[in-house]
Amino acid sequence: MNSTLDALVRCIAVLLVFLVFPLVIGQTEHKVMAHMQGRLGPMYAGGFHGWAQLVADGVKFAQKEDVVPAGADRRIFQLAPAVALLPYLLALVAIPLGPNDLVGQGVDAGLFFVLAVMGVGVLGSLMAGWASANKFSLLGGIRTAAQLMAYELPMLLAAASVAMAAGTVSLTGILGAFHWWWVPWQIVGGFVFFVSGLAELQRPPFDMPVADSEIIFGAYTEYTGLRFALFLLSEYAGILVVSALTAVLFLGGWHGPMADSLGWLWMLLKTFALAFLVIWIRVTYPRLREDQLMRFAWTVLIPLSLAQLALTGIVKVVIS
Amino acid sequence: MNLAVTALDSTHGFLSPSGVEIVFVLVGLGVLGAALLTVTTKQLVHAALWLVVALGGLAVEYLLLTAEFIAWVQVLIYVGAVVVLVLFGLMLTRAPIGASPDADSGNRPLAFGVALAAAATLVTLVVDAFRSTWIDLGTVAGSTKANGVTLFRYWVLPFEALSVLLLAALVGAIVLSRRNANARDEKER
Repeated sequence: MNSTLDALVRCIAVLLVFLVFPLVIGQTEHKVMAHMQGRLGPMYAGGFHGWAQLVADGVKFAQKEDVVPAGADRRIFQLAPAVALLPYLLALVAIPLGPNDLVGQGVDAGLFFVLAVMGVGVLGSLMAGWASANKFSLLGGIRTAAQLMAYELPMLLAAASVAMAAGTVSLTGILGAFHWWWVPWQIVGGFVFFVSGLAELQRPPFDMPVADSEIIFGAYTEYTGLRFALFLLSEYAGILVVSALTAVLFLGGWHGPMADSLGWLWMLLKTFALAFLVIWIRVTYPRLREDQLMRFAWTVLIPLSLAQLALTGIVKVVIS
Repeated sequence: MNLAVTALDSTHGFLSPSGVEIVFVLVGLGVLGAALLTVTTKQLVHAALWLVVALGGLAVEYLLLTAEFIAWVQVLIYVGAVVVLVLFGLMLTRAPIGASPDADSGNRPLAFGVALAAAATLVTLVVDAFRSTWIDLGTVAGSTKANGVTLFRYWVLPFEALSVLLLAALVGAIVLSRRNANARDEKER
Protein backbone atom coordinates (compact mmCIF):
# COMPACT_ATOMS: atom_id res chain seq x y z
CA MET A 1 0.00 0.00 0.00
CA ASN A 2 2.78 2.38 0.96
CA SER A 3 4.67 1.80 -2.28
CA THR A 4 1.48 2.31 -4.28
CA LEU A 5 0.89 5.63 -2.52
CA ASP A 6 4.51 6.59 -3.12
CA ALA A 7 4.23 5.84 -6.83
CA LEU A 8 0.96 7.79 -7.01
CA VAL A 9 2.49 10.84 -5.34
CA ARG A 10 5.47 10.73 -7.70
CA CYS A 11 3.21 10.48 -10.75
CA ILE A 12 1.12 13.42 -9.60
CA ALA A 13 4.25 15.47 -8.88
CA VAL A 14 5.64 14.77 -12.37
CA LEU A 15 2.26 15.64 -13.89
CA LEU A 16 2.18 18.93 -11.96
CA VAL A 17 5.68 19.82 -13.15
CA PHE A 18 4.61 18.94 -16.69
CA LEU A 19 1.50 21.11 -16.46
CA VAL A 20 3.09 24.13 -14.79
CA PHE A 21 6.70 24.53 -15.91
CA PRO A 22 6.16 24.66 -19.70
CA LEU A 23 3.59 27.43 -19.14
CA VAL A 24 6.09 29.31 -16.98
CA ILE A 25 8.70 28.96 -19.72
CA GLY A 26 6.17 30.10 -22.33
CA GLN A 27 5.23 33.17 -20.31
CA THR A 28 8.92 33.90 -19.66
CA GLU A 29 9.55 33.73 -23.38
CA HIS A 30 6.81 36.29 -24.11
CA LYS A 31 8.11 38.67 -21.48
CA VAL A 32 11.85 38.24 -22.15
CA MET A 33 11.39 38.63 -25.89
CA ALA A 34 9.22 41.68 -25.42
CA HIS A 35 11.72 43.41 -23.15
CA MET A 36 14.77 42.47 -25.23
CA GLN A 37 13.13 43.90 -28.32
CA GLY A 38 11.89 47.00 -26.51
CA ARG A 39 8.19 46.31 -27.01
CA LEU A 40 6.02 45.76 -24.00
CA GLY A 41 3.08 43.69 -25.22
CA PRO A 42 0.04 43.23 -22.97
CA MET A 43 0.88 44.80 -19.60
CA TYR A 44 -2.47 45.34 -17.85
CA ALA A 45 -4.25 41.99 -17.54
CA GLY A 46 -4.01 40.81 -13.94
CA GLY A 47 -1.84 43.70 -12.80
CA PHE A 48 1.85 42.79 -12.57
CA HIS A 49 3.36 42.73 -16.07
CA GLY A 50 0.11 41.41 -17.51
CA TRP A 51 0.57 37.91 -16.12
CA ALA A 52 -3.11 37.02 -16.58
CA GLN A 53 -2.73 37.38 -20.34
CA LEU A 54 -1.54 33.75 -20.25
CA VAL A 55 -4.91 32.68 -18.86
CA ALA A 56 -6.70 34.81 -21.44
CA ASP A 57 -4.65 33.19 -24.21
CA GLY A 58 -5.60 29.75 -22.92
CA VAL A 59 -9.28 30.66 -22.91
CA LYS A 60 -8.93 32.09 -26.40
CA PHE A 61 -7.38 28.86 -27.70
CA ALA A 62 -10.12 26.78 -26.07
CA GLN A 63 -12.85 28.91 -27.67
CA LYS A 64 -11.55 28.65 -31.22
CA GLU A 65 -13.19 26.25 -33.61
CA ASP A 66 -11.34 22.98 -34.10
CA VAL A 67 -11.07 22.76 -37.88
CA VAL A 68 -10.00 19.63 -39.73
CA PRO A 69 -9.32 20.34 -43.42
CA ALA A 70 -11.59 18.49 -45.83
CA GLY A 71 -8.74 16.73 -47.64
CA ALA A 72 -6.89 15.78 -44.46
CA ASP A 73 -6.40 12.31 -43.05
CA ARG A 74 -8.78 12.87 -40.17
CA ARG A 75 -7.61 10.41 -37.53
CA ILE A 76 -3.88 11.01 -37.96
CA PHE A 77 -4.45 14.77 -38.11
CA GLN A 78 -6.24 14.64 -34.77
CA LEU A 79 -3.81 12.23 -33.14
CA ALA A 80 -0.65 14.16 -34.04
CA PRO A 81 -0.69 16.79 -31.22
CA ALA A 82 -0.94 14.05 -28.57
CA VAL A 83 1.95 12.13 -30.12
CA ALA A 84 3.99 15.35 -30.07
CA LEU A 85 3.19 16.26 -26.45
CA LEU A 86 3.00 13.03 -24.42
CA PRO A 87 6.61 11.82 -24.92
CA TYR A 88 7.87 14.87 -23.02
CA LEU A 89 5.68 13.93 -20.07
CA LEU A 90 7.24 10.45 -20.10
CA ALA A 91 10.73 11.89 -20.40
CA LEU A 92 10.21 14.04 -17.29
CA VAL A 93 9.58 10.90 -15.23
CA ALA A 94 13.22 9.82 -15.44
CA ILE A 95 14.94 13.18 -14.88
CA PRO A 96 16.24 13.53 -11.31
CA LEU A 97 15.38 16.73 -9.47
CA GLY A 98 17.51 16.28 -6.36
CA PRO A 99 19.66 13.90 -4.34
CA ASN A 100 18.31 10.96 -2.32
CA ASP A 101 16.01 9.51 -4.93
CA LEU A 102 14.15 12.75 -5.66
CA VAL A 103 13.12 11.54 -9.11
CA GLY A 104 9.85 10.46 -10.71
CA GLN A 105 11.09 6.95 -11.33
CA GLY A 106 14.73 5.89 -11.42
CA VAL A 107 15.21 4.13 -14.76
CA ASP A 108 18.22 1.85 -15.16
CA ALA A 109 18.91 3.01 -18.72
CA GLY A 110 17.54 6.50 -18.04
CA LEU A 111 19.65 8.29 -20.62
CA PHE A 112 18.51 5.95 -23.38
CA PHE A 113 14.94 6.17 -22.14
CA VAL A 114 14.82 9.96 -22.32
CA LEU A 115 16.51 10.19 -25.72
CA ALA A 116 14.37 7.39 -27.17
CA VAL A 117 11.14 8.96 -25.94
CA MET A 118 12.14 12.38 -27.28
CA GLY A 119 12.74 10.80 -30.68
CA VAL A 120 9.15 9.55 -30.67
CA GLY A 121 7.86 13.09 -30.12
CA VAL A 122 9.08 14.17 -33.53
CA LEU A 123 6.74 11.63 -35.12
CA GLY A 124 3.95 14.02 -34.10
CA SER A 125 5.31 16.77 -36.37
CA LEU A 126 5.76 14.29 -39.22
CA MET A 127 2.20 12.99 -38.84
CA ALA A 128 0.86 16.54 -38.72
CA GLY A 129 2.87 17.53 -41.77
CA TRP A 130 1.68 14.63 -43.86
CA ALA A 131 -1.94 14.42 -42.71
CA SER A 132 -2.74 18.12 -43.26
CA ALA A 133 -2.98 17.68 -47.06
CA ASN A 134 -1.13 20.95 -47.51
CA LYS A 135 2.09 21.47 -49.45
CA PHE A 136 3.54 23.86 -46.90
CA SER A 137 2.83 21.36 -44.14
CA LEU A 138 4.44 18.59 -46.16
CA LEU A 139 7.54 20.74 -46.74
CA GLY A 140 7.66 21.38 -43.00
CA GLY A 141 7.38 17.66 -42.33
CA ILE A 142 10.21 16.85 -44.74
CA ARG A 143 12.42 19.52 -43.19
CA THR A 144 11.62 18.17 -39.71
CA ALA A 145 12.64 14.65 -40.70
CA ALA A 146 15.86 15.76 -42.42
CA GLN A 147 16.80 17.94 -39.46
CA LEU A 148 16.07 15.21 -36.95
CA MET A 149 18.24 12.69 -38.78
CA ALA A 150 21.12 15.18 -38.99
CA TYR A 151 21.03 16.26 -35.35
CA GLU A 152 20.13 13.01 -33.59
CA LEU A 153 23.62 11.62 -34.16
CA PRO A 154 25.71 14.38 -32.53
CA MET A 155 23.20 14.51 -29.66
CA LEU A 156 23.59 10.79 -28.98
CA LEU A 157 27.38 10.94 -29.30
CA ALA A 158 27.59 13.85 -26.85
CA ALA A 159 25.34 12.01 -24.39
CA ALA A 160 27.43 8.85 -24.83
CA SER A 161 30.51 10.83 -23.84
CA VAL A 162 28.97 11.63 -20.43
CA ALA A 163 27.80 8.04 -20.02
CA MET A 164 31.37 6.90 -20.68
CA ALA A 165 32.74 9.36 -18.14
CA ALA A 166 30.29 8.20 -15.48
CA GLY A 167 30.40 4.52 -16.38
CA THR A 168 26.60 4.29 -16.29
CA VAL A 169 23.60 5.28 -18.40
CA SER A 170 21.33 5.83 -15.40
CA LEU A 171 20.66 9.55 -14.90
CA THR A 172 20.79 9.27 -11.12
CA GLY A 173 24.00 7.23 -11.45
CA ILE A 174 25.57 9.88 -13.67
CA LEU A 175 24.80 12.56 -11.09
CA GLY A 176 26.15 10.33 -8.34
CA ALA A 177 29.48 10.05 -10.14
CA PHE A 178 29.68 13.77 -10.98
CA HIS A 179 32.68 15.92 -9.99
CA TRP A 180 33.01 19.63 -10.61
CA TRP A 181 35.89 19.17 -13.08
CA TRP A 182 33.56 17.31 -15.41
CA VAL A 183 32.15 20.67 -16.50
CA PRO A 184 35.36 21.85 -18.25
CA TRP A 185 36.11 18.25 -19.32
CA GLN A 186 32.75 17.77 -21.06
CA ILE A 187 32.17 21.38 -22.12
CA VAL A 188 32.44 20.65 -25.87
CA GLY A 189 29.99 17.77 -25.53
CA GLY A 190 27.67 20.07 -23.57
CA PHE A 191 27.75 22.62 -26.39
CA VAL A 192 27.04 19.95 -29.00
CA PHE A 193 24.22 18.44 -26.94
CA PHE A 194 22.52 21.77 -26.24
CA VAL A 195 22.74 22.95 -29.84
CA SER A 196 21.45 19.61 -31.15
CA GLY A 197 18.66 19.80 -28.61
CA LEU A 198 17.70 23.25 -29.95
CA ALA A 199 17.68 21.80 -33.47
CA GLU A 200 15.58 18.84 -32.42
CA LEU A 201 13.04 21.20 -30.84
CA GLN A 202 13.08 23.31 -34.02
CA ARG A 203 13.91 26.41 -32.02
CA PRO A 204 15.57 29.40 -33.66
CA PRO A 205 18.12 29.58 -35.21
CA PHE A 206 17.18 26.05 -36.31
CA ASP A 207 13.50 26.70 -36.99
CA MET A 208 13.54 25.97 -40.71
CA PRO A 209 10.71 23.38 -40.40
CA VAL A 210 8.36 25.97 -38.90
CA ALA A 211 9.71 29.06 -40.67
CA ASP A 212 6.61 31.26 -40.62
CA SER A 213 7.83 33.69 -43.28
CA GLU A 214 8.60 30.92 -45.80
CA ILE A 215 6.30 27.97 -45.22
CA ILE A 216 3.72 29.44 -42.82
CA PHE A 217 4.59 27.45 -39.70
CA GLY A 218 5.21 24.23 -41.62
CA ALA A 219 3.49 21.18 -40.20
CA TYR A 220 1.19 23.30 -37.99
CA THR A 221 -0.29 25.45 -40.76
CA GLU A 222 -3.72 23.81 -40.71
CA TYR A 223 -4.08 23.51 -36.93
CA THR A 224 -6.39 25.72 -34.92
CA GLY A 225 -7.58 26.09 -31.37
CA LEU A 226 -6.62 23.59 -28.72
CA ARG A 227 -4.68 21.29 -31.00
CA PHE A 228 -2.45 24.15 -32.09
CA ALA A 229 -2.04 25.12 -28.43
CA LEU A 230 -0.92 21.55 -27.69
CA PHE A 231 1.81 21.84 -30.32
CA LEU A 232 2.97 25.12 -28.77
CA LEU A 233 2.89 23.49 -25.34
CA SER A 234 4.95 20.57 -26.62
CA GLU A 235 7.58 23.05 -27.79
CA TYR A 236 7.81 24.56 -24.31
CA ALA A 237 7.78 21.13 -22.67
CA GLY A 238 10.62 20.23 -25.04
CA ILE A 239 12.60 23.29 -23.87
CA LEU A 240 12.08 22.13 -20.29
CA VAL A 241 13.24 18.56 -21.03
CA VAL A 242 16.28 19.59 -23.08
CA SER A 243 17.34 22.21 -20.51
CA ALA A 244 16.88 19.80 -17.62
CA LEU A 245 18.75 17.06 -19.44
CA THR A 246 21.64 19.39 -20.32
CA ALA A 247 21.76 20.50 -16.68
CA VAL A 248 21.84 16.88 -15.48
CA LEU A 249 24.41 15.63 -17.98
CA PHE A 250 26.80 18.55 -18.28
CA LEU A 251 26.22 20.98 -15.39
CA GLY A 252 25.92 18.55 -12.51
CA GLY A 253 22.15 18.74 -11.90
CA TRP A 254 21.54 19.10 -8.18
CA HIS A 255 25.24 19.46 -7.27
CA GLY A 256 26.08 22.76 -5.59
CA PRO A 257 26.57 24.27 -2.14
CA MET A 258 24.34 22.55 0.47
CA ALA A 259 23.20 20.02 -2.13
CA ASP A 260 21.58 17.81 0.50
CA SER A 261 18.90 20.33 1.42
CA LEU A 262 18.95 22.71 -1.56
CA GLY A 263 19.72 20.25 -4.38
CA TRP A 264 16.32 20.70 -6.02
CA LEU A 265 16.84 24.46 -6.06
CA TRP A 266 20.17 24.15 -7.88
CA MET A 267 18.62 21.85 -10.42
CA LEU A 268 15.75 24.27 -11.04
CA LEU A 269 18.11 27.26 -11.25
CA LYS A 270 20.32 25.52 -13.81
CA THR A 271 17.32 24.34 -15.82
CA PHE A 272 15.72 27.74 -15.96
CA ALA A 273 19.03 29.48 -16.70
CA LEU A 274 19.36 27.19 -19.73
CA ALA A 275 15.74 27.81 -20.71
CA PHE A 276 16.47 31.54 -20.53
CA LEU A 277 19.46 30.95 -22.80
CA VAL A 278 17.17 29.17 -25.29
CA ILE A 279 14.90 32.22 -25.36
CA TRP A 280 17.86 34.61 -25.56
CA ILE A 281 19.25 32.72 -28.57
CA ARG A 282 15.87 33.00 -30.27
CA VAL A 283 15.86 36.75 -29.91
CA THR A 284 19.50 37.13 -30.94
CA TYR A 285 20.20 34.97 -33.98
CA PRO A 286 18.56 34.94 -37.41
CA ARG A 287 17.32 31.70 -38.91
CA LEU A 288 19.86 29.48 -40.69
CA ARG A 289 19.33 28.47 -44.29
CA GLU A 290 18.49 24.80 -44.87
CA ASP A 291 21.90 23.98 -46.41
CA GLN A 292 23.74 25.89 -43.66
CA LEU A 293 21.77 23.90 -41.13
CA MET A 294 22.79 20.57 -42.64
CA ARG A 295 26.42 21.62 -43.13
CA PHE A 296 26.62 22.79 -39.51
CA ALA A 297 25.43 19.40 -38.25
CA TRP A 298 27.61 17.21 -40.44
CA THR A 299 30.82 19.27 -40.59
CA VAL A 300 30.90 20.96 -37.17
CA LEU A 301 28.82 19.16 -34.58
CA ILE A 302 29.61 15.53 -35.46
CA PRO A 303 33.41 16.04 -35.63
CA LEU A 304 33.24 18.00 -32.36
CA SER A 305 31.24 15.25 -30.65
CA LEU A 306 33.64 12.57 -31.94
CA ALA A 307 36.58 14.62 -30.63
CA GLN A 308 34.83 14.91 -27.26
CA LEU A 309 34.26 11.15 -27.23
CA ALA A 310 37.98 10.55 -27.91
CA LEU A 311 38.98 13.04 -25.20
CA THR A 312 36.64 11.37 -22.71
CA GLY A 313 38.08 7.96 -23.53
CA ILE A 314 41.69 9.12 -23.15
CA VAL A 315 41.11 10.92 -19.85
CA LYS A 316 39.09 7.98 -18.56
CA VAL A 317 41.91 5.54 -19.32
CA VAL A 318 44.54 7.86 -17.83
CA ILE A 319 42.76 8.43 -14.51
CA SER A 320 41.62 4.86 -13.96
CA MET B 1 7.45 -9.31 -5.76
CA ASN B 2 5.01 -11.16 -7.94
CA LEU B 3 7.68 -11.95 -10.49
CA ALA B 4 9.97 -13.68 -8.03
CA VAL B 5 7.19 -15.93 -6.80
CA THR B 6 6.30 -17.08 -10.29
CA ALA B 7 9.92 -17.76 -11.04
CA LEU B 8 10.55 -19.85 -7.94
CA ASP B 9 7.35 -21.82 -8.35
CA SER B 10 8.42 -25.09 -9.95
CA THR B 11 5.00 -26.10 -11.23
CA HIS B 12 4.70 -23.80 -14.22
CA GLY B 13 1.62 -24.51 -16.22
CA PHE B 14 -0.06 -22.95 -19.18
CA LEU B 15 -3.40 -23.08 -17.39
CA SER B 16 -2.43 -20.90 -14.44
CA PRO B 17 -0.72 -17.91 -16.01
CA SER B 18 0.60 -15.03 -13.92
CA GLY B 19 -0.38 -11.44 -14.56
CA VAL B 20 2.83 -10.70 -16.43
CA GLU B 21 2.27 -13.66 -18.74
CA ILE B 22 -1.28 -12.57 -19.52
CA VAL B 23 -0.08 -9.05 -20.34
CA PHE B 24 2.73 -10.52 -22.44
CA VAL B 25 0.31 -12.55 -24.53
CA LEU B 26 -2.11 -9.64 -24.91
CA VAL B 27 0.64 -7.25 -26.05
CA GLY B 28 1.91 -9.97 -28.37
CA LEU B 29 -1.52 -10.24 -29.97
CA GLY B 30 -1.55 -6.46 -30.34
CA VAL B 31 1.85 -6.55 -32.05
CA LEU B 32 0.63 -9.29 -34.38
CA GLY B 33 -2.47 -7.29 -35.27
CA ALA B 34 -0.46 -4.13 -35.91
CA ALA B 35 2.02 -6.08 -38.04
CA LEU B 36 -0.81 -7.58 -40.10
CA LEU B 37 -2.30 -4.12 -40.60
CA THR B 38 1.13 -2.85 -41.67
CA VAL B 39 1.24 -5.24 -44.61
CA THR B 40 -2.44 -5.19 -45.52
CA THR B 41 -3.41 -1.52 -45.29
CA LYS B 42 -3.78 0.23 -48.62
CA GLN B 43 -2.47 3.56 -47.29
CA LEU B 44 1.30 3.84 -47.35
CA VAL B 45 1.78 6.23 -44.46
CA HIS B 46 -0.71 4.26 -42.34
CA ALA B 47 1.49 1.22 -42.93
CA ALA B 48 4.50 3.11 -41.57
CA LEU B 49 2.51 4.26 -38.53
CA TRP B 50 1.22 0.75 -37.83
CA LEU B 51 4.86 -0.31 -37.99
CA VAL B 52 5.50 2.18 -35.17
CA VAL B 53 2.80 0.49 -33.11
CA ALA B 54 4.23 -2.97 -33.81
CA LEU B 55 7.79 -1.94 -32.95
CA GLY B 56 6.64 -0.09 -29.83
CA GLY B 57 4.69 -3.18 -28.74
CA LEU B 58 7.84 -5.26 -29.18
CA ALA B 59 9.67 -2.81 -26.91
CA VAL B 60 6.96 -3.40 -24.29
CA GLU B 61 7.51 -7.17 -24.65
CA TYR B 62 11.22 -6.67 -24.00
CA LEU B 63 10.34 -4.62 -20.94
CA LEU B 64 8.07 -7.40 -19.63
CA LEU B 65 11.01 -9.79 -19.97
CA THR B 66 13.10 -7.29 -17.91
CA ALA B 67 15.35 -6.53 -20.89
CA GLU B 68 15.12 -2.81 -20.26
CA PHE B 69 18.18 -1.70 -22.20
CA ILE B 70 17.14 -3.55 -25.36
CA ALA B 71 13.65 -2.09 -25.06
CA TRP B 72 14.85 1.53 -25.06
CA VAL B 73 17.38 0.85 -27.83
CA GLN B 74 14.52 -0.66 -29.83
CA VAL B 75 12.50 2.54 -29.43
CA LEU B 76 15.51 4.78 -30.08
CA ILE B 77 16.73 3.04 -33.23
CA TYR B 78 13.58 1.64 -34.83
CA VAL B 79 10.89 4.12 -33.89
CA GLY B 80 13.13 7.18 -33.59
CA ALA B 81 15.37 6.60 -36.60
CA VAL B 82 14.24 3.86 -38.99
CA VAL B 83 10.57 4.82 -39.13
CA VAL B 84 11.47 8.51 -39.40
CA LEU B 85 13.64 7.57 -42.38
CA VAL B 86 10.76 5.57 -43.90
CA LEU B 87 8.35 8.49 -43.39
CA PHE B 88 10.92 10.86 -44.89
CA GLY B 89 11.12 8.68 -47.98
CA LEU B 90 7.33 8.45 -48.22
CA MET B 91 6.99 12.21 -47.93
CA LEU B 92 9.63 12.82 -50.60
CA THR B 93 7.68 10.60 -52.99
CA ARG B 94 4.51 12.45 -51.99
CA ALA B 95 2.54 9.49 -50.68
CA PRO B 96 -1.08 10.49 -51.27
CA ILE B 97 -3.70 10.70 -48.56
CA GLY B 98 -6.12 7.82 -49.05
CA ALA B 99 -5.57 4.45 -50.68
CA SER B 100 -2.75 3.89 -53.14
CA PRO B 101 -4.05 1.15 -55.44
CA ASP B 102 -0.66 0.70 -57.12
CA ALA B 103 0.90 -0.27 -53.78
CA ASP B 104 -0.25 -3.86 -54.24
CA SER B 105 2.05 -5.98 -56.34
CA GLY B 106 1.41 -9.32 -58.00
CA ASN B 107 3.88 -10.96 -55.66
CA ARG B 108 1.32 -11.23 -52.88
CA PRO B 109 0.98 -15.04 -52.77
CA LEU B 110 4.74 -15.46 -53.05
CA ALA B 111 5.36 -12.95 -50.25
CA PHE B 112 2.78 -14.71 -48.13
CA GLY B 113 4.53 -18.04 -48.69
CA VAL B 114 7.93 -16.60 -47.77
CA ALA B 115 6.53 -14.96 -44.65
CA LEU B 116 4.83 -18.17 -43.58
CA ALA B 117 8.00 -20.21 -44.12
CA ALA B 118 10.14 -17.71 -42.21
CA ALA B 119 7.66 -17.63 -39.33
CA ALA B 120 7.45 -21.44 -39.23
CA THR B 121 11.26 -21.76 -39.17
CA LEU B 122 11.62 -19.19 -36.38
CA VAL B 123 8.84 -20.66 -34.25
CA THR B 124 10.23 -24.19 -34.64
CA LEU B 125 13.71 -22.95 -33.78
CA VAL B 126 12.65 -21.04 -30.68
CA VAL B 127 10.37 -23.80 -29.41
CA ASP B 128 13.05 -26.42 -30.00
CA ALA B 129 15.77 -24.32 -28.38
CA PHE B 130 13.95 -23.38 -25.18
CA ARG B 131 11.20 -26.00 -24.82
CA SER B 132 9.97 -25.62 -21.26
CA THR B 133 12.71 -23.33 -19.95
CA TRP B 134 11.33 -20.55 -17.78
CA ILE B 135 13.09 -17.24 -17.48
CA ASP B 136 13.57 -16.16 -13.89
CA LEU B 137 12.03 -12.70 -14.08
CA GLY B 138 12.84 -11.99 -10.44
CA THR B 139 16.46 -11.21 -11.21
CA VAL B 140 16.80 -8.53 -13.85
CA ALA B 141 18.60 -10.26 -16.70
CA GLY B 142 18.64 -7.50 -19.27
CA SER B 143 20.05 -4.52 -17.37
CA THR B 144 22.55 -2.28 -19.13
CA LYS B 145 25.40 -3.68 -17.07
CA ALA B 146 24.51 -7.33 -17.77
CA ASN B 147 24.23 -6.56 -21.48
CA GLY B 148 27.58 -4.79 -21.55
CA VAL B 149 29.35 -7.57 -19.66
CA THR B 150 27.98 -10.33 -21.92
CA LEU B 151 28.58 -8.36 -25.09
CA PHE B 152 32.17 -7.39 -24.40
CA ARG B 153 33.26 -10.51 -22.55
CA TYR B 154 31.77 -13.31 -24.67
CA TRP B 155 30.63 -11.75 -27.93
CA VAL B 156 33.40 -9.28 -28.76
CA LEU B 157 34.35 -10.88 -32.09
CA PRO B 158 30.81 -10.86 -33.61
CA PHE B 159 30.39 -7.33 -32.29
CA GLU B 160 33.57 -6.13 -34.00
CA ALA B 161 32.74 -8.03 -37.19
CA LEU B 162 29.34 -6.31 -37.26
CA SER B 163 31.00 -2.93 -36.74
CA VAL B 164 33.29 -3.55 -39.71
CA LEU B 165 30.29 -4.62 -41.79
CA LEU B 166 28.41 -1.44 -40.91
CA LEU B 167 31.49 0.67 -41.63
CA ALA B 168 31.82 -1.00 -45.02
CA ALA B 169 28.16 -0.26 -45.76
CA LEU B 170 28.70 3.37 -44.72
CA VAL B 171 31.75 3.80 -46.93
CA GLY B 172 29.93 2.03 -49.77
CA ALA B 173 26.99 4.43 -49.49
CA ILE B 174 29.33 7.44 -49.65
CA VAL B 175 31.21 6.02 -52.64
CA LEU B 176 27.98 5.31 -54.52
CA SER B 177 26.58 8.79 -53.93
CA ARG B 178 29.88 10.44 -54.90
CA ARG B 179 30.24 8.48 -58.14
CA ASN B 180 26.79 9.55 -59.23
CA ALA B 181 27.63 13.17 -58.48
CA ASN B 182 30.84 12.93 -60.55
CA ALA B 183 29.02 11.33 -63.47
CA ARG B 184 26.47 14.12 -63.43
CA ASP B 185 29.23 16.75 -63.38
CA GLU B 186 30.88 15.21 -66.41
CA LYS B 187 27.61 15.09 -68.27
CA GLU B 188 27.07 18.77 -67.57
CA ARG B 189 30.49 19.61 -68.96
